[in-house]
Amino acid sequence: MTDVSISTDEQKLDTTAARLNEPKTASWVTCAWEIFRKDIRVELRTRYALGSVALFSVTTVVMMAAALSGAPVKTEVKAALIWVVLLFAALSGLARAFVREEEAGTAQSLRLTAPATAVYAGKLLFNLALVFTVEAITVPLFSVFMPIPGVRYDLFIPILIAGGWGLAAAATFVAAMIAQTTSGKSALFAIVSFPVLMPLLMAAVQGTAGAFSQVATFEARALADIGQLSIYGVVMTTASLLLFEYVWHD
Amino acid sequence: MISSRNADAGFASSRKIESDPASSFLKVLLLIAQSALIVAGFLWLAPADGFRNPDLARIVVFHVPCSIVASIASTVATVYAVIYLAKRRPSDDIKSRTAFAIGLLLWVLTTVTGAIFAKVQWGAYWNWDIKEKSILMLLLINIAYFALRSAIDNPNKQAAIAAAYAIFAMAAVPALTYLLPNSTPDTLHPKGVITTKEGLDAHYKIVLWSGVLCLTGVFVWAMRIQVRLEELALRVQKSKSTSRGAKVVITELGP
Repeated sequence: MTDVSISTDEQKLDTTAARLNEPKTASWVTCAWEIFRKDIRVELRTRYALGSVALFSVTTVVMMAAALSGAPVKTEVKAALIWVVLLFAALSGLARAFVREEEAGTAQSLRLTAPATAVYAGKLLFNLALVFTVEAITVPLFSVFMPIPGVRYDLFIPILIAGGWGLAAAATFVAAMIAQTTSGKSALFAIVSFPVLMPLLMAAVQGTAGAFSQVATFEARALADIGQLSIYGVVMTTASLLLFEYVWHD
Repeated sequence: MISSRNADAGFASSRKIESDPASSFLKVLLLIAQSALIVAGFLWLAPADGFRNPDLARIVVFHVPCSIVASIASTVATVYAVIYLAKRRPSDDIKSRTAFAIGLLLWVLTTVTGAIFAKVQWGAYWNWDIKEKSILMLLLINIAYFALRSAIDNPNKQAAIAAAYAIFAMAAVPALTYLLPNSTPDTLHPKGVITTKEGLDAHYKIVLWSGVLCLTGVFVWAMRIQVRLEELALRVQKSKSTSRGAKVVITELGP
């Protein structure tokens, strides 16, 4: 009798140990995914980031079109304009993911329950969703007000995807730092993330100009720019994952 | 008690450095060498033919050392940021911050001397050359670093976040703006002029590389003064907060 009870106890211990061990291996992905889902749910409830970002891009594109009022604009200038709108629209909303946690006082419980890199991954997924939403709103609206004849979509869409990824990766890391500051968060977010985003902006504008033009050499350069934007995304994601722990736990 | 003894030791050691004959000899030597280099730059070097303004081409012996020593300062600052995150000693944060501050000054000097010559030689103060793009980004990183610091109140948090930003920006941005696009040959800056045999005139090279050496000496000197000053300020602050009877235990200050 006693032997059986001991063995069941051991079995119980084994199963609890297995239960403790098992989520640890699976939990990173689950944690990141749950944080992403939670952020989406909160965002859909308040629509704070989405509202500010969407309104920003709509008003900026309309104001630009009104100010130019049909004046002929070179395609290179259009490429620069579209990326400036995308960049500032994204910057108006990307800090929200971390600032909201600090303001609501939920950051501490998040620090205790999830590994730091999983928090970064979850917030990155949310910001990626936000950036791609901004692009989905801005680009069609832009091409309605300022039509671009003969766009190479096979070049332009990869630029938007790779550029959006780099933008979200760098901005998510900077947003985690900005959330810890005491004052002037939105101005500081632009100041701090701008030098980091400059290489992205230059490559993205040059590549987009290539996708908008019909000149063969520019199109070849656009291909190289897609490669540079992808490298930027990989470098920024890796650097953020390595350094996020120091920003998040201090 | 412990902190006051530490502070005394700090004062004593700093006084010892001040009266060290070897270090004052080095400082006098540095003063003479730096003055000689400035005079040589204006008077000894012959005007460089082939430039739009041969007399002004001498600016290269001031412009290039500034940029090289600024790169050294930025590297030192980033290395100390890494050391701070690994060991969490406040003195490493002070060193990183000071190197960034001196680096900012040197980057500004590089930009100004470069812009003067760019106006003469290339026709405009700013040409969006690849090196001009990267220097603009380095300037902005330096400014953003100090803006970020000033916005965080908690000193430990400030040091850790600033160090993380420094590594994040300094590791990625120069590589992405300079090394990667530099594989294409379209730049206005000459390549390999200061290192290859066919490059600059021998006199220019002597003045230029001695300038690099001297300016590095000035950087080390300025950095040591500022670091010592800030470490003393930190000690005074800590001893004040402990003498007031607060329950603060100093664990970060080593002997």
